[in-house]
Amino acid sequence: MTLESTNAHESPFDPAAPLTPTGNLRRRRAISRVAESGATLAAALAVGVLGIVVYGVLVHGAGALSLDFFFEGAPNGIGPALVGTAEIVTMATLLAVPLGVLVAVYLVEFGGGRIATPVRLALDVMNGYPSIIVGVFIFILIVEATASQSAIAASVALAIIMLSIVARGTEEVLRLVPDSMREASDALGVSRWRSILTVILPSAVGGIATATILAVARAAGETAPLILLTSNNPGIEVSLNPFEAVPNVPGTIYRLSEEANPEGFARAWGAGFVLLALIMAANVGARVLLNRSRRKMAG
Amino acid sequence: MSSVEQQFGQAGFEPTAPVPPSRVRIQSGPLAEAGPSAGRREPAVESVFDVREVSVHYGAKRALQGVNMRIPRSRITALIGPSGCGKSTFIRSLNRMNDSVPSFRLDGEVLYHGHDLYAGNVDEVEVRRRIGMVFQKPNPFPKSIHDNVAWAPRNLGLRHGLDERVEKALRGAALWDEVKDRLKSSAHGLSGGQQQRLCIARAIAIEPDVLLLDEPASALDPIATASIEELMHSLKGRFTIVIVTHNMQQAARVADETAFFGLNAAGGEPVGTLIEHDHTEKIFGHPADPRTRDYVSGRFG
Repeated sequence: MTLESTNAHESPFDPAAPLTPTGNLRRRRAISRVAESGATLAAALAVGVLGIVVYGVLVHGAGALSLDFFFEGAPNGIGPALVGTAEIVTMATLLAVPLGVLVAVYLVEFGGGRIATPVRLALDVMNGYPSIIVGVFIFILIVEATASQSAIAASVALAIIMLSIVARGTEEVLRLVPDSMREASDALGVSRWRSILTVILPSAVGGIATATILAVARAAGETAPLILLTSNNPGIEVSLNPFEAVPNVPGTIYRLSEEANPEGFARAWGAGFVLLALIMAANVGARVLLNRSRRKMAG
Repeated sequence: MSSVEQQFGQAGFEPTAPVPPSRVRIQSGPLAEAGPSAGRREPAVESVFDVREVSVHYGAKRALQGVNMRIPRSRITALIGPSGCGKSTFIRSLNRMNDSVPSFRLDGEVLYHGHDLYAGNVDEVEVRRRIGMVFQKPNPFPKSIHDNVAWAPRNLGLRHGLDERVEKALRGAALWDEVKDRLKSSAHGLSGGQQQRLCIARAIAIEPDVLLLDEPASALDPIATASIEELMHSLKGRFTIVIVTHNMQQAARVADETAFFGLNAAGGEPVGTLIEHDHTEKIFGHPADPRTRDYVSGRFG
């Protein structure tokens, strides 16, 4: 322990001196400034990379954008692919959200520490593992068994990817619901499940919606499983049959950029731009929703 | 008798009936063996609770030791005493709110109308349906004023005449005139005192047999506290009320009987226990135990 003052038994500073930096405060200030600018630079770099990607996609893809691009089928547009992606992601959401919310309810309301911890770990591992593995797994499970690619197979794969995002996001907002709410409903002689349905989940609904949107944004851009599970459709016409392969946006981008065709490149960039815009809009929407529900819960 | 009261009559229950498992379990399994031990002694005033040699542990820590106490029907009983002497533990043991504390253990018997609350066949949800509780900090649901009061009746299947039930409960909690024009607005817009009265309205909307109040006014200013005390006077007779309070004047003002909890250091580590329980005038006027006298007169140690 070093004190600034040479004579530590007296007051370490003169209280009447002017309030300018003394001792090693100058040096501490300088270190603090370096650390602050380093952190700022890192943040700027991260945003900068995103900016460059968005700019690149915009420059290359804007030329391909037109009304026809949205409504026509291949090779001029991505209409069927947009519809197909919407179908696959919707089905995946319908599978993943109820399951994910129930998992979160289990973790927060019923699961004790001994069981909840491994479940939580499993969810985090699920969130991290490569989507191609999910794709291969579902390929063996469904596509091989039915001898056909299908929108359903793709939805199941996307649902597995979405599940952990929904469950972990919902778990977090359920933890924000104050325990006094659970105590209040317990003290009224109402069973816990009814309290969950009518008090706890409703007050967490904004956060659940947010987690869902984030999961949808993640699933909408997943490519690897879709190439395995629903790529056998050129996307010339809209097709919705869930038992067949349906065209989809990530698959279309992949196919167009594999072709030795400059026009195809432009369209791939265009499709990429559309996908990116949708995902960014979803993320912004999710933030807005989350902030609103946080305010509501705090109020 | 008004139609409202008739509905309550249908919806109500016989407080002295045994506490069975919830309806679902009755249908799926045989009723548990008849509960009460015969030959219940009938004191001058009927007891709602008969607490016998109750000790409470949280894990290895002993929180309450050897409490014997009868709580009379349709009266107000106040529990007073210094912090950490087990008052809250005790009151939460009366409707099994401590069940959610994993390390909680209770020895002894808590008889409610003669039925052991901690017997194996007792369903804690049914216990709390009859023995309601209001907490220190007002905790209304993030719902409208109306829905806060209507929530429990709705979930307990008392949907008939719900609006009348809500109005009666809000009137009972002396809140109706203040909120009748904004029943649809959020309960969080109410003041702290109004929120606490809303919580009381919410508790009495299902017509419980007993109301447990755990320091209901300690988070409130003196004016809101006065309105809660006034409310307790008006609820007296309709419900058996047990109230924990740090405020001795409050106990003296509202309670028929007062129980003084203190720390007993005889066995080494100090542990909360019941020191004296008597009529309120006796506790504050001529307490039998010197520890009670020191406490109520403001001298400690």
